[in-house]
Amino acid sequence: MNLTLKIWRQKGPQDKGRMVEYKVTDISEHMSFLEMMDVLNESLVAKDEEPIAFDHDCREGICGMCSLQINGEAHGPDRGITTCQLHMRMFKDGDTIYIEPFRANAFPVIKDLVVDRMAFERIQQAGGYISVNTSGNTQDANSIPISKHNADLSMDAASCIGCGACVASCKNSSAMLFVAAKVSQFALLPQGKVEAKDRVKNMVFQMDLEGFGNCTNTGACEIECPKGISIENIARLNREYLAATI
Amino acid sequence: MSRILSSSIARKVAMALSALFLIIFLLIHLTVNITSLFSKDVFNELSHFMGTNFLVQFLMQPILIFGVVFHFVMGFVLELRNKRARTVKYVKYNGAANASWMSRNMAVSGGVILAFLVLHFIDFWFPEMNYKYIEVLPEDPTRYFEELQHKFTNPLRVGAYVIAFVLLALHLLHGFQSAFQSIGLNKYTNCVKSLGKIYAVAIPAGFIIIALFHYFNH
Repeated sequence: MNLTLKIWRQKGPQDKGRMVEYKVTDISEHMSFLEMMDVLNESLVAKDEEPIAFDHDCREGICGMCSLQINGEAHGPDRGITTCQLHMRMFKDGDTIYIEPFRANAFPVIKDLVVDRMAFERIQQAGGYISVNTSGNTQDANSIPISKHNADLSMDAASCIGCGACVASCKNSSAMLFVAAKVSQFALLPQGKVEAKDRVKNMVFQMDLEGFGNCTNTGACEIECPKGISIENIARLNREYLAATI
Repeated sequence: MSRILSSSIARKVAMALSALFLIIFLLIHLTVNITSLFSKDVFNELSHFMGTNFLVQFLMQPILIFGVVFHFVMGFVLELRNKRARTVKYVKYNGAANASWMSRNMAVSGGVILAFLVLHFIDFWFPEMNYKYIEVLPEDPTRYFEELQHKFTNPLRVGAYVIAFVLLALHLLHGFQSAFQSIGLNKYTNCVKSLGKIYAVAIPAGFIIIALFHYFNH
């Protein structure tokens, strides 16, 4: 298939940036979106032009590294996938595709389509862990009874890969689904309850400090999340926060 | 403490609590007004009670006005803060792909409802305050029905009310279940969503029926 691509180009954090149009031809419908980007970049290199910078790593939908706002949706028009799992068969011959970086002031553009998502790391560092050293003196996790229901919910929350699609999709650039998933995965387990109050307060404080917007429950994050993290986790985050502060 | 009160979650909980308060008020307001369809005397009696009862006038009314002002001010403050979180906009943003129009445009529907409230206050609340507390006219327990009916003789006013209540319905379609989500009651999501849809349609429809009924029966 032949496609017209309108891609955000930005030389660096201080550059204003602009959309640039490219044409790609003979794209196989079996290619992944990132392979199509590779083809475009090879053609740019062959013409001695600067290739387009974009994030990627595992290309298996696991690492959370790839991003891209494709035709106005985080990770493109398909559901439950990351950009690296998006296939070109989701598009038609002759389509025009808009490719932009994930937008939020808390995710500043580094170059072209690459954004700095360290804000998520700082939120994690504020409390997204359990302070127990694996010294050999800790209790065997399997000896602590946990209901199947809570174990499943915790596992679902823990499947968040921190890609930032929730922020990119949200009209308010809210990171609440990410924080909710990270709080929930511990709040549902006995191991996480010891530090639950400090965790939720510190992570929410850091989230606000990073300049993310406020959640208005549109549910866009849940729809676009490649791991299908439910906004029920946001309700749990709200409960945890209220319980910790009242 | 100030760190907690100024947090994003505290703000959304405060927004939700003021919304739930207004949801209860709307139900009471409709319950009183709907009697005007069936009995002039019952409507006059209820209106007289609400207009003269000390607790309603000097405790519930100030709380209601504070709730209304708080909900609007907080709503628009949050909208502005949220807009500041993404100063460089997307060239192409397909919001309709993942969120309802209602949820994405609460500020728009809220703005129309605010404009309606100004009209509503000019129509009913200011004349009522003038009657009771400025001109201090003699109390007439039978005046309320005629005052209500008189307001709905103008088709433009009736049209404005109908449009405002359609927007109120759209606002409530998202706002009702959103308020419950904000205070963390997701366990009842399906029940809340269903109840919210019924409430969001029934309450504005009730007010629309009242306006149209008095327009065609004055």
